[in-house]
Amino acid sequence: MRLARRTALGMLGAALMPVHAQARSLTIAAASDLRFALDETMRAFRAMHADARIEVVYGSSGKLATQIRHGAPFDVFLSADREFADALHRNGFAAGAPRLYARGHLVAWSTDASLGRLPLADLVRDVRVRRFAIANPEHAPYGRRAVEALRSQGQWDAVQPKLVFGENIAQAVQFVQTGAAQAGLVALSLVLAPALAGEGAYTGVPEAWHSPLEQSMVVTRRAMDNALAHAFVAHLESPAARATLARFGFAPPGEGPR
Amino acid sequence: MSAGDWQAVGVTLRLAATTTLVLLLLGTPLAWWLARTQRSRAATVVDSLVALPLVLPPTVLGFYLLVLLGPQGALGQAFAALGLPPLVFSFWGLVAASVASSLPFMVQPLRDAFAGVGVRMTEVAATLRASPLDAFFSVAVPLSRRGFLSALTLTFAHTVGEFGVVLMVGGNIPGATRVLSIAIYDHAEAMNYAAAHALAGGLLLASFAALLALNLAHRRRTVAPA
Repeated sequence: MRLARRTALGMLGAALMPVHAQARSLTIAAASDLRFALDETMRAFRAMHADARIEVVYGSSGKLATQIRHGAPFDVFLSADREFADALHRNGFAAGAPRLYARGHLVAWSTDASLGRLPLADLVRDVRVRRFAIANPEHAPYGRRAVEALRSQGQWDAVQPKLVFGENIAQAVQFVQTGAAQAGLVALSLVLAPALAGEGAYTGVPEAWHSPLEQSMVVTRRAMDNALAHAFVAHLESPAARATLARFGFAPPGEGPR
Repeated sequence: MSAGDWQAVGVTLRLAATTTLVLLLLGTPLAWWLARTQRSRAATVVDSLVALPLVLPPTVLGFYLLVLLGPQGALGQAFAALGLPPLVFSFWGLVAASVASSLPFMVQPLRDAFAGVGVRMTEVAATLRASPLDAFFSVAVPLSRRGFLSALTLTFAHTVGEFGVVLMVGGNIPGATRVLSIAIYDHAEAMNYAAAHALAGGLLLASFAALLALNLAHRRRTVAPA
């Protein structure tokens, strides 16, 4: 009985213990194609702000944007396109106009190198490809671009029965990597990640086949006065961060903010 | 395991403990009322409502909670009007969600335990002039301790295992809403399978140990002479 009472008291104590509040904190909501590139970029930024509590949450751009609209405590939003960042700004959820930070690239990828080197039309029709992974076009920019690319090449009808949808682009990559899908249209930045280094082969999808992946970021309205959020935006625009992003296949955004 | 994983373990245990405590306080009177008024029409309706989380996809519950608790939702606006922080994507939002989704795991074992012995014996105690509260705590509760044991264990374990609701209203925020099940999902997506294995294996063993301990406790009480 005494043990039971002590356990109950312990439970109560654990329940009431608050999450340690810190003066300087930053929570970044980032598109899944940044999963490995951003982790690397963050290393230098974390070192510069060792006293701050910095967290990164990954997901599809559409899902993260919806969460921000529903009050999620994110300070900076890194979208994989410009549309989701623009819409947040238009509807008053951003502290300022979106800034372009990189251009993403879509690639056709397979862990079987002989498949990964095929032209798209042959790849989607190959009998060895029973399942073809893309990100969910409803809320993942890479998924939208994959649909556009497949349609523009007249491959939509051929591929449709084979399609499987990742909840975000990292999950689509995971489907291919585990062999659950034999090929897919995914982010170059993930295929170049050390976790996958050199698995299979990939073929770039020409940008002319889809609208560009103009990856844009905004500081959210709630973080308007968060100096760390603005410092992070500046960090991501620094030459060092740009160089890291370039190693993961991102193209530079061009002439400053658009 | 990384510091982030231990943090997820901490959040999960804190969530499960808080949810179990809240449900113990809310569920006990509800279960008692259900046990005493089993044949009434109102009790049948409430009984069905309590069981709803067992059959509904967690995403349905999560969706309604998101709509209700969000800044545009009725409860969300009430919270904002009172100057309170928003519930969605916060630890206390997860507590609210877990209380809703684990409700049957607390209420049903208690209701059955109370109906089995508690109610009749309390009536006997009443004839001996015990006050209702006295009869409840000194007769019904000790007689229903197996029910309490089941209810507490199942509620705690179910909250630890919750995924769908947490995914909808949690937002995967480290230190606040990134629980174990979400951390495993995140590791798998990052193709960090070693980390996913460590957490998944640990959770598997812990869940089995909890259920085994529960069954052993039941057996001991059943087999041992009174």
